[in-house]
Amino acid sequence: MPETGLLSKIEAAFPGKILEHYSQYGYDVIVLNRDDAVAIFATLRDHPDFAFNQLSDLTATDFLGQEPRFELMYQLNSLSLNHRLQVKIRVPEDAAWAHTVSSIWKSGDWLEREVWDMFGIKFTDHPDLRRILMYEEFKGHPLRKDYPVSKRQPLVEERDPITNPWPKR
Amino acid sequence: MAATATIPDVVEMELDPTSEVMSLQMGPSHPATHGTIKFWLKLDGEKILNCDVEIGYLHRGFEKMCEQRTWNHVVPYTDRLNYISPLINNVGFALAAEKMLDLEVPERCQYIRMIMSEISRMTDHFTCLGMGAAEAGALSVAFYALEARETLFDIVTAVTGARLTVSYTRVGGVTQDLPEGFADRIRGAFVDIRQVMADCDALLSKNRIFIERMSGVGVIPAEDVVSYGVTGPLLRACGVGYDVRKAYPYLFYDRVEFTVPTGTQGDNYDRFSVRFEEIRQSMRIIEQALDQIRPGPVRVDDPRITLPQKKDVYGNIEGLMNHFKLVIEGVRIPKGDIYQAVEGANGELGFYLVSDGSGRPYRVRVRPPCFFGMAALGQMLKGCLISDIITTFGMINMIGGECDR
Repeated sequence: MPETGLLSKIEAAFPGKILEHYSQYGYDVIVLNRDDAVAIFATLRDHPDFAFNQLSDLTATDFLGQEPRFELMYQLNSLSLNHRLQVKIRVPEDAAWAHTVSSIWKSGDWLEREVWDMFGIKFTDHPDLRRILMYEEFKGHPLRKDYPVSKRQPLVEERDPITNPWPKR
Repeated sequence: MAATATIPDVVEMELDPTSEVMSLQMGPSHPATHGTIKFWLKLDGEKILNCDVEIGYLHRGFEKMCEQRTWNHVVPYTDRLNYISPLINNVGFALAAEKMLDLEVPERCQYIRMIMSEISRMTDHFTCLGMGAAEAGALSVAFYALEARETLFDIVTAVTGARLTVSYTRVGGVTQDLPEGFADRIRGAFVDIRQVMADCDALLSKNRIFIERMSGVGVIPAEDVVSYGVTGPLLRACGVGYDVRKAYPYLFYDRVEFTVPTGTQGDNYDRFSVRFEEIRQSMRIIEQALDQIRPGPVRVDDPRITLPQKKDVYGNIEGLMNHFKLVIEGVRIPKGDIYQAVEGANGELGFYLVSDGSGRPYRVRVRPPCFFGMAALGQMLKGCLISDIITTFGMINMIGGECDR
């Protein structure tokens, strides 16, 4: 059920902030600037016309060879109004970071850790930006297109509770 | 190993000044955590002050591997996401790829996909409920539930040829039609399954031990559950009736009648009850679909998408070339990206696909529903006892293959 007029409402709410917008496969897509994103996300969550109370998914795509190299994809969902919105933010390779949304949606916490783990995109002000699927000693970020699929990793030193304990948590 | 009580979360817990906070690592290979997972606990006696959940032990590079293969080669990989309900993963991936192709699959194929998805939802729920009850001490329920599950797995085997690694869908259809006598077999199985459910209900619904282990444990408020991105039975147990099948209907879910059960307390007992009722609703959906399904083709007839008949492959050069091109180069999907969600057994199972127009996916991202439940687990467990980890973790129904990919 595509919510008609969602895009025009968003355009009216944030004049000049929406870099691109289009609809596809029954949902709307907008492209935002990295620095405007957090304020817009907060409004999208709290405004009764949008009520995007869930961050369903956050992931990145590595367009190696293109500029900007990375594209972040935020999939927002409103459980009360039953509409979806996809937000994209493009991030260059030499400044691979974005602002955290973990204070807006709690799911942002783990999702951003995964994007950091897999793509090496940092999230500023994230409370606890550790790797999540890989181990701390892992070298590189496996879902980058320049990470070879057959690459091997160095052996990790054995943990010992006395001589080489786990980091404190 | 004693730690100081300076962690902000711990201070809130009104610590007894004489007590000592203990750090404990539980897992990654703990007999009660089916799936490899580690809990970093801060304990005051048996009470959990803080729980840091560590996942990733079953990471096999699913998303990276998908980028190396053709679109149809991804289907067997999706079997290994949630391996208790592999058909839902197959269907979700196929739907996303077909939407990018702007392809309408035949009606019979859509009904088959719907029936098989619901069977998978039932096998998943039976596994979760049976194991959840067994971990709370009700071992008979586990045997009843597994018996019902095996009845369904036998049907899945008859349709697809495999119990778990089914690889049943392809871009543009399903591999083969339903076998002879499928509808009668399902109806016969449902008679047994309804009996099993009545037995389980009788064993549990007035069982004081079970209720006290489950009720009021692992409670989390609805707004936090929503914020954590949790969907499926965990969300509905908190009273939020969100179901992808109702909110964004796909296949023919808008042609069948079913209700979305919800809970009130958001505790483990509600999570159990919601899943229990969902099994009944799945049976309703399957029975209606069996009444509505008509004979017909089960995949699209398009040489760019589906493989030719074997007699053409062996009999003429066009068929042979068609087969070769599809197998070696794969189906070509137009440039673009899509987010497509289906209702998995544990919640919203999303596929985000990016295509660069070649025969291989540029990026395949899976939104695993139990990942979000695991993110919320730390909050659910705060203030509970160690033994409550077992039941709460059981009701999240974390499937390692899906959570860690």
